[in-house]
Amino acid sequence: MSKPKVGVFSFASCEGCQLQLLNIEEELLDLLGRIEIVNFREAMDEKRDDYAVALVEGSIVTETDAEEVRKIRGNAAFLVTIGACAVTTGLNGMRNSVAAREAWKRVYPDRDFDPNVAPEVRRVSEVVKVDFEIPGCPIDRGELLYVLTTLLQGQVPRLPATPVCDECRRAGNPCLLDRGIYCFGSITRSGCRAICPAYGESCCGCRGLLPGAPIEELIEILDKKGYSREEVIVRMNQFNSRDDQVKPLTGELGRLRKEVAA
Amino acid sequence: MKKLEVNVHHLTRVEGHGNIKVRASNGKIEELKLEIVESPRFFESMLVGRYIDEVPHITARICGICALGHTTAAVRAAENALSWKAPDEVMWLRRLLMDGETLQSHILHVYFLVAPDFFNVGSVIPLASTHPDVVKRALRLKKVANEMCDLLVGRKIHPVSMAVGGFTYWPTKKDLSRVKELLEGARVDLDETVKLFAGIAPPALESPTEYVALRSEGDRYEFVHGRVASSTGESVEEKDYAKLIAERTVGHSSARHVATKRGCYAVGALARYMLNHDRLTPWAADAAKKLGLTPKATNPFHNNTAQIVECLQCVDEGIEMIDRLMKVKNPPVFAPLKKKAGSGAAAVEVPRGILFHHYETNDDGVVVRANCIIPTGQNQANIEMDLHRFVPALMQGGKNQDEITHACEMLVRAYDPCISCSVHFLEVEIA
Repeated sequence: MSKPKVGVFSFASCEGCQLQLLNIEEELLDLLGRIEIVNFREAMDEKRDDYAVALVEGSIVTETDAEEVRKIRGNAAFLVTIGACAVTTGLNGMRNSVAAREAWKRVYPDRDFDPNVAPEVRRVSEVVKVDFEIPGCPIDRGELLYVLTTLLQGQVPRLPATPVCDECRRAGNPCLLDRGIYCFGSITRSGCRAICPAYGESCCGCRGLLPGAPIEELIEILDKKGYSREEVIVRMNQFNSRDDQVKPLTGELGRLRKEVAA
Repeated sequence: MKKLEVNVHHLTRVEGHGNIKVRASNGKIEELKLEIVESPRFFESMLVGRYIDEVPHITARICGICALGHTTAAVRAAENALSWKAPDEVMWLRRLLMDGETLQSHILHVYFLVAPDFFNVGSVIPLASTHPDVVKRALRLKKVANEMCDLLVGRKIHPVSMAVGGFTYWPTKKDLSRVKELLEGARVDLDETVKLFAGIAPPALESPTEYVALRSEGDRYEFVHGRVASSTGESVEEKDYAKLIAERTVGHSSARHVATKRGCYAVGALARYMLNHDRLTPWAADAAKKLGLTPKATNPFHNNTAQIVECLQCVDEGIEMIDRLMKVKNPPVFAPLKKKAGSGAAAVEVPRGILFHHYETNDDGVVVRANCIIPTGQNQANIEMDLHRFVPALMQGGKNQDEITHACEMLVRAYDPCISCSVHFLEVEIA
């Protein structure tokens, strides 16, 4: 049996998720024995289009990006998005807080607007059908290896659908909320081994919010810890500005700010 | 050769998307461009309105390879804006982490991205079967840095506990002993690395230029904190960086580039070596000798040589930092810094060269202005200047179009360009 052919592609991102592929180190050589990588610009010269599986990183931010990801979709039987930029737009979504032309003016004040820049930053699944998503910023090496090896066995991988708090409590980390520090662990998808709270840092929601996440409950708890509704919404926008549960809250920001000013 | 047309679309084995275009006829260059075609992400726009404590976590995401460097620059610039001075222990831990990142990034570059050129293959993958010892050594070395960062700050890509005001997690003695063991263990592999590359001669090219890098007032080969210095002898404090470099139109190029008063300049491992070679540890200095690197070098391909020398330097410095950190009796307790209005800049040596971050905050500690100047953006004009010198020499040497194309790719790659990084800030006005 011939080895499954894989292509690795990158759109607007830090390219850290494809780097995680090289970072699986010990298992990398074994994995390379089981698949054939035919397209991976960051690591190799060869560029072929006969891949069955496409790993796609990054958000769709230009019209060219959209065209290219459609081509990739046309070539690949199975398309996996890797990382927050591709899955939820992650940080890139923050660009949408102002119009594309305004963002352009702030960064390139002396250059004409490039019409190739798309009006909005989009996740890959808004442009093409996606068969599997690996969330996180960056993706977890262990999870990437699990997904790839499970797919190689012809099975569908399953990722946890519980909040980060579950993993965090099991790991025995002291709760940041108890220490009066904001944390989005209760509304965020787990699977990261609660690495941020384990290292004393707030969960910022990089893996995306759970459907039906108890956001209002969290805002109420944080209010008692001294975090204003406005601040919590701003922080939620860091990774989850494109989430339908966050969008209506973001809409409140203008009014909240006026109230503070008054 | 009468006509030459080099057209490299999406240069491979670099971080990000870039094109090389060269057109020449009758030995004369008519067009020469290194184009950055990465999709823009508008980081400075996204940073406006964010809380200053979020900034390091956001800017880490500019680049997966130098996330630690962006984080270090962001926390230091933010601390300067908030008028806070990090205690020595915090700076030691930052140095140790930058040693880890530099080691990992250089190993990735020389083994995975550059070495295939010298073995005449298109990637590291075929080397896994033809030269398994080399690939396994590279993976072992890369793993040292990854495991080190995992232990100290949670992970290598997008470090978790490095924050404005210090570290939200302080490594235990056990963590530190393990990291020391890892670094000591890397010595044999690095000696082998020096042997391997001592046997490979870089392509010939003489291209003298100005070098810019940090140089500290002490006696340290500097990565984290110092004066911004030029090989011409000029130097300024980090907050005055704009007095040394600014956005200018550079003679040979129609695009606007970051330049000194004299024109284009180079940053990176070779620039750091040029400004700090008298401060190498004996082990690293000996490697430089074995690899034929001297302060008189004018060949940009020696950037790769300097990267190998720095790997040894980083192991030596890292171990020195661990020995200091092991003696810390009362680790600093993390507390968020008081929000205030201010302006702060910081310069940090990341693997690809000097990186500047600059932020202004309002009374609520919210960012009102952000600016970053990235190494590859600084090197772009210098790379084009090198190509202007390289291509005619290759043509006169009777090389054919494919050979010249490949040589141009190798030259650009020698700078270890990080295009994802550079694109966001390439043509930004400097404060």
